[in-house]
Amino acid sequence: MGKLSKLPKLYLAFVFIILYTPIFYLLYYSFNSGGTMSGFESFTFEHYAAVFEDTRLIMILINTIVVALLSALVSTAIGVLGAVTITFIRKKALRNAILSMNNILIVSPDVIIGASFLILFTLVGVKLGFASVLISHIAFSIPIVVIMVLPKLQEMSPSLIDAAIDLGASRRDVLTRVIIPFIKPGIFAGFFLALTYSLDDFAVTFFVTGNGFSTLSVEIYSMARAGVTLTINALSGLIFIVTLLLVFGYYAINRKSKNPFSGVRK
Amino acid sequence: MNAKPTRFLSFVPYAAWIVLFVIAPIALITYYSFFDLAGNFTLENYRNFFTSIYFKLIVNSFWYAFLITFFSLLFAYPTAYFLTKTKHKQLWLLLIIIPSWINLLLKTYAFIGLFGLYGPINAFLEMAGIGQHQLLFTDFSFVFVAVYIFIPFMILPIFNSLDKLNPALIDAAQDLGANAWTTFSRVTLPLTMNGVKSGIQVVFIPALSLFMITRLIAGNKVITLGTAIEQQFLVAQNWGMGSTIAVFLILFMFIIMLFTSGSEKGAAGSGKIK
Repeated sequence: MGKLSKLPKLYLAFVFIILYTPIFYLLYYSFNSGGTMSGFESFTFEHYAAVFEDTRLIMILINTIVVALLSALVSTAIGVLGAVTITFIRKKALRNAILSMNNILIVSPDVIIGASFLILFTLVGVKLGFASVLISHIAFSIPIVVIMVLPKLQEMSPSLIDAAIDLGASRRDVLTRVIIPFIKPGIFAGFFLALTYSLDDFAVTFFVTGNGFSTLSVEIYSMARAGVTLTINALSGLIFIVTLLLVFGYYAINRKSKNPFSGVRK
Repeated sequence: MNAKPTRFLSFVPYAAWIVLFVIAPIALITYYSFFDLAGNFTLENYRNFFTSIYFKLIVNSFWYAFLITFFSLLFAYPTAYFLTKTKHKQLWLLLIIIPSWINLLLKTYAFIGLFGLYGPINAFLEMAGIGQHQLLFTDFSFVFVAVYIFIPFMILPIFNSLDKLNPALIDAAQDLGANAWTTFSRVTLPLTMNGVKSGIQVVFIPALSLFMITRLIAGNKVITLGTAIEQQFLVAQNWGMGSTIAVFLILFMFIIMLFTSGSEKGAAGSGKIK
């Protein structure tokens, strides 16, 4: 491909500046000793200290991480089993029907998911709080895991399974010793995406969380509605670092997965 | 095969998920839309929905969603196009995606500061001699922030379809005497239409139902289907009316999907939008 001329380069630079300005703006003012996001007074770590001193905020942080890890684990397990079974369904119509069901939650607006889950939990009698948030996060992460795992399964040659069965492997062996090792990169990708979906979710949690339980997104929302506090900025600094680590972790795993079987590019 | 029962045993959790969290919620929303606040069966909600207030609300929502999608596309296509021509395109693409991984609330919160009365944008406007303006709580700021949030999800599918485009086709068009514009409008654009469509799908549907950005950036000035549902469910506690609006949002969603689907790979753009 030809080299870029000046104008496109300028345009790309402009897009990148717009994309990153808000993030660095937040980070910059997290070090401001003044109380607002305008007029930098002097450098300070006090807002970071405030985050760590606020036990309520720390509890919310722990809640968020626990919900994210648990929901990612459970949804990965259910999603992988689901994806494996979907590929074994021979009737094409049935398979497509299940796949479109799978995708409904991916394309549904969060407000709908939140509202309908709220009705569901109230009707079944699940108390709004940790349980309802965890269950909803599991529910909306499952289809993502399935979507990430399915391409890997379709890549797998069926003769691998036939060979394993011919060699006397049981159904369980086929799953744990042949299929799962092969689709591992897809499983990891699904797990990571589920993790970030859960960490990022606001709308669904907002609907199904009761009074006593809160996650970071919901907490930031109520703080932001009350006005600017630089504690949020300090929090964003911490979250930014964690996010970067997650992104690089995700890409490291994806890159590794590219080599052995020269899979599809993500 | 004789192992059929065990095969279906492993499918139980997933099947249960489909029944409980895909089918049941939609059924429940539809069911609740027929009940009023007192719990009586009624069509009142639907009658209300077709009054002028809600009609205005729908038109409003669609107008904003259209603006958001339009501007995302307008800025995303050239970005994706130029990105495919850079040297380390995967790295640059990664840099485009990273902001989309940052918590949505934080990015929105940043704009409260940026657009604030004493924020940098206003400082710049003042320096340019235009003077201070109330930027927050305006239509402009709402659309701008929404486009900012959604643009990576528009860039991604377009980038993928441009990246898959066979460069020989461009060469062929040029050899046959097409100029740059003709090549673009007759070859590149039609062949990347699938990317554009899935981009529109992953932006338009969420844009229709925004409520967090609406509340934080637009105050109570902009009312969309999303804010209306939130209002009915969490503030007014009128689940019936909220469900009725939700039913229509689901219908709109299916219609939009019908229009914009057409590629099996559409959803694989990893639309990470919340």
